[in-house]
Amino acid sequence: MSTNPTTNAPPSGGADFRDVVTAHTPFRTGRLVLWAIIAIVVLDFVWIVANNENFGWPVVAQYFFDPTVISGLYVSLGLTVVAMILGVALGLIIAIMRMSNDRLASGFASLFIWFFRGTPLLVQLIFWYNMSTLFPQLSITIPFGPSLISWDTNAVITPMTAAIVGLALNEAAYMAEIIRGGLLSVDRGQAETAEAFGMTKGRALRRIIIPQAMRSIVPPTGNQLISMIKATSLVSVIAMADLLYSVQSIYNRTFEIIPMLLVAVIWYLLITSVLNIGQSYIEAYYGRSERRNGATAKPAAVAAAEEASH
Amino acid sequence: MTAVSNTKPLVQARNVHKSFDHLEVLKGIDVDIMPGEVVVVLGPSGSGKSTFLRCINHLESIQKGYIEVDGEQIGYRLHNDRLERLSPNGIARQRRKIGMVFQQFNLYPHMTVLQNIIEAPVGVHGEKRKDAIENAKQLLQRVGLSEKADAYPRQLSGGQQQRVAIARALAIKPKLMLFDEPTSALDPELVGEVLSTMRDLAKQGLTMIVVTHEIGFAREAADRVVFMDGGVVVEQGKPEDVIGNPQHPRTQSFLSRFL
Repeated sequence: MSTNPTTNAPPSGGADFRDVVTAHTPFRTGRLVLWAIIAIVVLDFVWIVANNENFGWPVVAQYFFDPTVISGLYVSLGLTVVAMILGVALGLIIAIMRMSNDRLASGFASLFIWFFRGTPLLVQLIFWYNMSTLFPQLSITIPFGPSLISWDTNAVITPMTAAIVGLALNEAAYMAEIIRGGLLSVDRGQAETAEAFGMTKGRALRRIIIPQAMRSIVPPTGNQLISMIKATSLVSVIAMADLLYSVQSIYNRTFEIIPMLLVAVIWYLLITSVLNIGQSYIEAYYGRSERRNGATAKPAAVAAAEEASH
Repeated sequence: MTAVSNTKPLVQARNVHKSFDHLEVLKGIDVDIMPGEVVVVLGPSGSGKSTFLRCINHLESIQKGYIEVDGEQIGYRLHNDRLERLSPNGIARQRRKIGMVFQQFNLYPHMTVLQNIIEAPVGVHGEKRKDAIENAKQLLQRVGLSEKADAYPRQLSGGQQQRVAIARALAIKPKLMLFDEPTSALDPELVGEVLSTMRDLAKQGLTMIVVTHEIGFAREAADRVVFMDGGVVVEQGKPEDVIGNPQHPRTQSFLSRFL
């Protein structure tokens, strides 16, 4: 085809120069210039932030491990963990109810989601905190009959319980939709196969459907967890001593508003960064059957099996 | 191989009707299947043959008639002389003696081949894990996939996946095996390996109902061929009669396409 003899002639040394092994990437000056400009802008920004005394970095350092701040941090973390666990558990139940054929169950689930997703979290928290104005007494009674046990609402609904209930119920509504989406993403044939093998609905969910749904549930759940950490700062309005509330209590005394807020910001960023790393590990775990070379899961066996299947 | 005439049928279907909304898919099916019999159900697409198969283990409910497997009416029980719908768990219990192989294999993608096979024996039938693994390894050998025990389904070819699915169904030691177009989703060069596995099973006296388009398999392995069209059984009998010398014009026109 080629009439030009030079295209086909191998260069000295015997290797064909069209062989991509010999290829190199040309140096891209434009990229280097862009990198340099961005580096200068970033460094300049860092220099400005570091040298602006109004940021009060010494104050940030001084209060970073302050006992008040640390106890606030524990409260925020504890609230996040408890509300998230309750939210996921309740969300799973609501998701299953919503997908059920039973009208009563799916109706209740829809109503729950409609209400708790449709009203602001801040309002829900204040509502729970002020339960006592609605119901001064909480009692277990026979419907329309005498009461068996009764508590004073203010004794039951402390800032802590109001915060947990508010955050967990709100979270459950979002998690229910995330979990439902995940369950729906699993091929219908899987549920049918489990059914054909005589599995009960519960077992099919636990062993077959949920493990496969996890791949699409984990990423948005990580998102929710990060939102939750930040949402805990809302409980400062009901006098719950979380991270934000404790830095506020310090700057109310010292008037070092910006440095104290920076303390909180840095802690929030640290926590969310750790969570991001955790999330990527969980994603890798549930994606293990997806990878063709199961390098992390079962190196020898899988690699060998793979070799043979190609 | 041929069914003994004086034993009770393993599967009895009587006047089975099934419709989806207003579309009547099964219009009165009567079929008996003897223990050890291999029955191949042939018919054009939409003839209701897959639906009938799925009714046998109650993946689809029927609207009229009854189906009995191993002396138990599928999906129902007699209680104080009245017919009562079974609870989901009751139906699950009935399905435990019926193995099924699907067109799309439907292996559990998050489990290895071995885990796929032992899932039902351990989790549903309460077998000891050690015994189940032992049995699974023997089954894998039987379908020629011993070295794939630790592979994930995704790492296998379609034919290998379907052979694993057959092993998985055999692991529950079924009295009856249902095959729903087991080779229809396979590349042509992979069909042979699955059919030869099924031929081996047929020789070993397993009761099988096979819905397929593989006329060759029907001719070689079937004890009886049931030809369905338009939701009814048009013709049934020995493969050499139904395939070799079809009586009904619809059977003739269907088979003429394979000649």
